[in-house]
Amino acid sequence: MSADSAPPDAARPPAPVPVIEARGLSLIYPTADKPVIALDAINLTIDAGDFVSLIGPSGCGKTTLLRVIADLEQPTSGTITVEGMTPEAARLRRAYGYVFQAPALLPWRTVERNVTLPLEIFGTPKEDRRRRAAEHLAMVGLTGFERKFPWQLSGGMQQRASIARALAFEPDILLMDEPFGALDEITRDHLNLQLTRLWATTGKTCVFVTHSIAEAVFLSTRIVVMSPRPGRILDVIDCSDLPRDRTLDIRETPEFQRIAARVRQGLKEGHSYDD
Amino acid sequence: MLRPSVLLPLAALVMPFGMTASDKVIFAFRDPVSLAGLLAVLGAAIFVRLSPERPAVEAGVSLLAAVLAAAAPLHLLGKGITLGAHAPGLWVMLAGAALALCRALGILSAGSWTGRKAVVAGLFGAALIYAWEAGVRGFAVPSILLPAPSAIFAVLGPQADLLWADFQQTVLKAVLRGYLMGCLAGFVVAVIADRVPFLARGLLPFGNLISAIPIVGIAPIMVMWFGFDWPSKAAVVVVVTFFPMLVNTLSGLAASDRLQMDLMRSYAAGYWRTLVTLRLPNALPFLFNALKINSTLALIGAIVAEFFGTPVVGMGFRISTEVSRMNLDIVWATILVAAVTGSVIYGVLTLAERTLTAWHPSARGRD
Amino acid sequence: MTTDLLKLRVLPVATVALAVLAVWYVGALWLNAPQAIEGLNRAGQPWGSLDLVNAAFAMKRPVLPTPGQVWADFSASVINYPVTHIRSLVYHAGVTAGSALTGFAMGVTLGALLALGIVHNRTLDASLMPWVIASQTIPILAVAPMIVVILGNLGFTGLLPKAVISMYLCFFPVTVGMVKGLRSVDPLALDLMRTYNASPLQVFWRLRLPASLPYLFTSLKVAVTISLVGAIVGELPTGGQAGLGSRLLSGSYYGQTIQIWSALFMASLLSLVLIAAVTLAERLLVHGNGGRR
Repeated sequence: MSADSAPPDAARPPAPVPVIEARGLSLIYPTADKPVIALDAINLTIDAGDFVSLIGPSGCGKTTLLRVIADLEQPTSGTITVEGMTPEAARLRRAYGYVFQAPALLPWRTVERNVTLPLEIFGTPKEDRRRRAAEHLAMVGLTGFERKFPWQLSGGMQQRASIARALAFEPDILLMDEPFGALDEITRDHLNLQLTRLWATTGKTCVFVTHSIAEAVFLSTRIVVMSPRPGRILDVIDCSDLPRDRTLDIRETPEFQRIAARVRQGLKEGHSYDD
Repeated sequence: MLRPSVLLPLAALVMPFGMTASDKVIFAFRDPVSLAGLLAVLGAAIFVRLSPERPAVEAGVSLLAAVLAAAAPLHLLGKGITLGAHAPGLWVMLAGAALALCRALGILSAGSWTGRKAVVAGLFGAALIYAWEAGVRGFAVPSILLPAPSAIFAVLGPQADLLWADFQQTVLKAVLRGYLMGCLAGFVVAVIADRVPFLARGLLPFGNLISAIPIVGIAPIMVMWFGFDWPSKAAVVVVVTFFPMLVNTLSGLAASDRLQMDLMRSYAAGYWRTLVTLRLPNALPFLFNALKINSTLALIGAIVAEFFGTPVVGMGFRISTEVSRMNLDIVWATILVAAVTGSVIYGVLTLAERTLTAWHPSARGRD
Repeated sequence: MTTDLLKLRVLPVATVALAVLAVWYVGALWLNAPQAIEGLNRAGQPWGSLDLVNAAFAMKRPVLPTPGQVWADFSASVINYPVTHIRSLVYHAGVTAGSALTGFAMGVTLGALLALGIVHNRTLDASLMPWVIASQTIPILAVAPMIVVILGNLGFTGLLPKAVISMYLCFFPVTVGMVKGLRSVDPLALDLMRTYNASPLQVFWRLRLPASLPYLFTSLKVAVTISLVGAIVGELPTGGQAGLGSRLLSGSYYGQTIQIWSALFMASLLSLVLIAAVTLAERLLVHGNGGRR
């Protein structure tokens, strides 16, 4: 049976296309007394359309790894490619959208003008900008809030606006650094659900940093468990047993529990619970 | 019942309200205006004690009583009656009126309607000016010491040409030009220093050092270099405004947080793009802070520089010469012009700041 | 670490300082040259460029004295005369510092009292605060000569009129800083004091005052500088008696530029000493008690 004849809705996924590839990636911060090894010989491949979560305790280098992918941090050694380019070239080609821990909205711009900010910088024509802003604000459920200022929105709405901003220029990759870390659990559940639908409809490659096991299992196709001092990868867990189309209910299923237990086990082996 | 607010007007009833030209002591019940004021203060005090909780009415009654009482000394002075130490009753009544005013202001400031702060501050200011007027005229303070506000206002009209010429010389020529040049230079140097961190690290300690020393002292040097006319004053203004702008712009440009900077980097936005879209808006509150500080410093710098030599025109010149001639009313009129100028500049800057930085937490905190 | 300090701190500052000195010397040469050439021509002897430089850097009344000349005049007036002598800059600095510090003390007292009133009374907050701010839009130094004259007429001369000017300048930053500081108390800490049923006075001493100290000291540093400005300007109208202001004025009258510059140098030095004293007091009071910066 050839790949051509496979039905479109086949259980077997299409051949994976690597989007992000790290080989022997290390990053060492020089400090006064002892150099800190933030990343130690990381090998990782992320395929197109994957939703990969990086999980681990504070200081395990998960945020650093994301920042290296985004060219916000320079590795000390090793290689990394993003869409076959260096991270810098990828950044200059605007290959990814980045969502930070905090919304990082500009307080003097309305929600709409915050979303159009990247488009303005890329020189998108004005009409196009407004159309795309409206489209993506609708996608995160913020229609009707275009004229509001960030400080007139709740924390959850601000973070949704920042996701709309990351989506606005339709990058292939979405990098998210604990975007829901500062939100309450109910809002978080709601946004997780929205995010997973967003991912399912757009088919973007997502890299998601979190320290919540439930969040990682719920969202991901693959989970990368990391440990601190030095920052390295302990385990890569495949979540393809879970359906691609997810609701909050799947958290009660045995598959979900099994994966969560494996993540917890991985963290334990990495001495994450020692201190 | 026997609170000071009631006690004071009661006591005033049996105390002298002044002395006529023929050395006759008069009391409140001999003068209808004084009596009306006194009864109003007494009535308001009793009403406030007895009335149920109706703050709006209380405030209105107290305010009205204070205004009626305030008319008394001006009326008596108009009739040629000597006040001062001969009128203890009048002053006691006015003390009662002051209590009524405080009561009214207390009620007004406790409210929640918009503009209450302006009204309270305005009433308080009016009361201060009234106290000045009544005190100076009632106690016949020699105008060498302190002229009455009415006397100062009276000078404004006849001396308008003189005051306008001084204003032109000091404010329009020296202050405005120096202010614009100094602020602009400080801003530009700060942006350059921000681009060249080496320069910023070298300049910042100097900026802080110079803000710590009495820089106005360069005035005599500038007068020597640039002559007596306005350029020397403008030069002083340039120097005193330059460093606050430099230091504030530098800290303003550093005010963008890391996430915002990373965001711009993730968009591959260049230096100038980041400067205009992100860092300058973030620096605006700092820029306005410097502009406000500088508006006061500029006026001070120009006027002090005029103490070291001017052509025969200018606000600083006017103040120093008329003081030595004991023409205190012209001096005060000049100070009034300076005060109004300073307040107007400050007000305009505040207005511009509120419009441009309405998004900033410090602006949102205000009501 | 030390190389970083050298590279990030010392080197830039030293470069800028050297640049300032270089510009200063070049400026002195450029500004003084016309006068120097005139002098050399009058002497009638042939002269070279070296003579010109020497002459420009050693004039009695230069347009711009060199740093060396200023330093020589400064150190001569400090070393050669006893501190009580009229020609000693230390004496003049003492006179100015006396009135500045008196005014500073008065201003801090006034400012603190106003702040207490404003924080504890809503009516005062609404009625007084706008006028406290408005009082500073008036270029108050303009009033300085008048205050000196008025107080002189009332029989107050010497230190007090100058101190009053310093006080007027000082009280504002103290009021504003202290109001901000007294209001900076953590609401949770206020709730905690409520659970202890603490009296307002206890809340003030144990909570509000310590919380306001860092703000207060920031204001005090500003206030001590402007109290010095006030004292110097206050000395201008009294004319040539004593104090750094009168040194500036007499230097300006008689074209003694070197005297102006060394008085200015002394004023800067005095200001830095006063700020250092306030910083020391801050260290002892705030940081010594484990307070936050």
